[in-house]
Amino acid sequence: MTTVYVPLDSVAVALDANAVAEQLSQAGATVIRNGSHGLAWLEPLIEVQHNDERIAYGPMTPETATGLIADGVLKHPLIDHPLCQGTIANHDFLQSQHRLVFDRIGQDSPLQIPDLADVHKALAMPPDALIQMIETSGLRGRGGAGFPAHIKWRTVRDTEAPRKYLVCNADEGDSGTFADRLLLEGDPFRLIEGMVIAGHATGSNHGVVYLRSEYPVAENIFKQALDIARENNLIGQNVLGSDFDFDLELFVGAGAYICGEETSLLESLEGRRGQIRIKPPVPAVSGLLSMPTLVHNVISFAAVPAIVRLGGETYRDLGVAPSTGTMSFQLAGNIKRGGLIEVPFGITLREMVEGYGQGTLSGRPFKTVQIGGPLGAYLSQQDLDARLTYESMTELGAGIGHGGLVVFDDTVDLAVQARYAFEFCELESCGKCTPCRIGSVRGKETMDQIISGRASSQEFNMINDLCEVMDRTSLCQMGGMTPIPVRSAMERFPEDFVQGTSA
Amino acid sequence: MTDDDVRTHVLPHQHMLGGPVRALHELTRVYGYIHTEHLPIVADVFNISVAEVRGIVSFYEDFKTHPPARTTIRVCQAEACQAVGSRELTHELEAAYHTKLGIRGNDVELEAVYCLGLCASGPAVQVNDQLIARASVAKLQATS
Repeated sequence: MTTVYVPLDSVAVALDANAVAEQLSQAGATVIRNGSHGLAWLEPLIEVQHNDERIAYGPMTPETATGLIADGVLKHPLIDHPLCQGTIANHDFLQSQHRLVFDRIGQDSPLQIPDLADVHKALAMPPDALIQMIETSGLRGRGGAGFPAHIKWRTVRDTEAPRKYLVCNADEGDSGTFADRLLLEGDPFRLIEGMVIAGHATGSNHGVVYLRSEYPVAENIFKQALDIARENNLIGQNVLGSDFDFDLELFVGAGAYICGEETSLLESLEGRRGQIRIKPPVPAVSGLLSMPTLVHNVISFAAVPAIVRLGGETYRDLGVAPSTGTMSFQLAGNIKRGGLIEVPFGITLREMVEGYGQGTLSGRPFKTVQIGGPLGAYLSQQDLDARLTYESMTELGAGIGHGGLVVFDDTVDLAVQARYAFEFCELESCGKCTPCRIGSVRGKETMDQIISGRASSQEFNMINDLCEVMDRTSLCQMGGMTPIPVRSAMERFPEDFVQGTSA
Repeated sequence: MTDDDVRTHVLPHQHMLGGPVRALHELTRVYGYIHTEHLPIVADVFNISVAEVRGIVSFYEDFKTHPPARTTIRVCQAEACQAVGSRELTHELEAAYHTKLGIRGNDVELEAVYCLGLCASGPAVQVNDQLIARASVAKLQATS
């Protein structure tokens, strides 16, 4: 019987992959549901195994699947078929990537327990040596803030406490980002491995993954992965025969963007409203249930096995110091070839948008790319030669955030996007501090005036004042960073913000 | 559903991390939405005030205090979907189903959602439990 791989990833499923899988199995194929390779525009991307070769076809629909089956795709490769993509690893979109976190994704069922050599190696190392290795690697948090990981690790390790926790932030709410989802759906063990290693290094025996409820496929896969990890002693007592105990549980959020902010997430994990906490104390000193807590994004934890495997120096030598290692970028929005691109830091925005992405999906001229989610900057054509590193983005008044790039064509009105930035802040503000709670509403109302063409210089001054107050006095980054999309849009696209004459 | 039934669904979460949120998820799963008369039971199990439970319910988007429509269509309103026409799609859906985003209805309800993680394949929509990428009115009407 012929084996066919059909992704179970949300994107594939949202494009009828389940129906395609059903057709193939009725036609006599052995269907394996794998993770997505991250070439979103080709989903559902199926791979048919012939001897040692896997030949990919996509994007599939139930109709094209019927055709392929009739043409004998299960018997022999159809190299000349218009949907044939050849061997997927040879695809230019993948060949030029440097995948360390996503190296296994798509190869097999996500529930296939992998080789655990990295974990064995780490468990044999003294915790201090592991933390030193993370320091050497230069790993910085991949969730958005880019804070050096080793400082958090050492703080948790060095803080005396009866219990210590690891919390994985999988509340991936930024529009344009889906790396966490891809990994949880396609290779959940990568995260579990990273958390076990981090637990050993920091002396934490309890881990929690906080997953957003908008990701039901990821929830389903990760739950099963936890059971399999337990059966294989990757978690539980005496992990892989060592003297380290580690339990890991899943917690599903309930629809609140702000819970991606670490202190809000901890409040939510304790069963309350997800209102932010005032820092200090930082979670590494006093976090979950007031215990030292290492909070990392999914990709930060998932980068750890590769660092253990390669060594801190090799990892550090990728990228452009002090932006070291690989970053999992996500190309989204109005883009011809969207998907996951894991490459060392330092690639230019142009290589992303024009190289990997090949321009807009609509075919219209590119106008702007928003980098780093709803709190990220809108950049223009002039910025495209900038390198994607933490430092060069800071120079532009932008941030890499969680690595999401959302492309817009020339039909976008940046005044409408600036209004949306305030509106989103209004919708998702936890309400604890005034600049965020009230400033967002006033900002939205004022932008309405500007959009209507009735605004005088007073409204423009109001926006500037609001941005300054929100930036300087908000308690967390929700209110504090909302001015970034607003200001970047106004600075780079002044033609979209016109002062009226009637006022 | 007697009070004891409700309590049976809440109790397993009593000593768990984030118990009240987990319990409210479970009540939503079992009863379709959060019934106001269940709040004192949750409060009692977790030894917190009814006001606090109400505060949790009102904070999170997932906890509804009214019965869901027969068909709930969640339309992503976030940037990546805006870039590929989610605003236009929303208007078209409003016209097709004679409703407005965020207005409650018994039959079809359009609800805003902010990111379903299908950002490279938008606009994204979720019809009850079913995810739909590259969504259009025609595609939705063909599936539902």
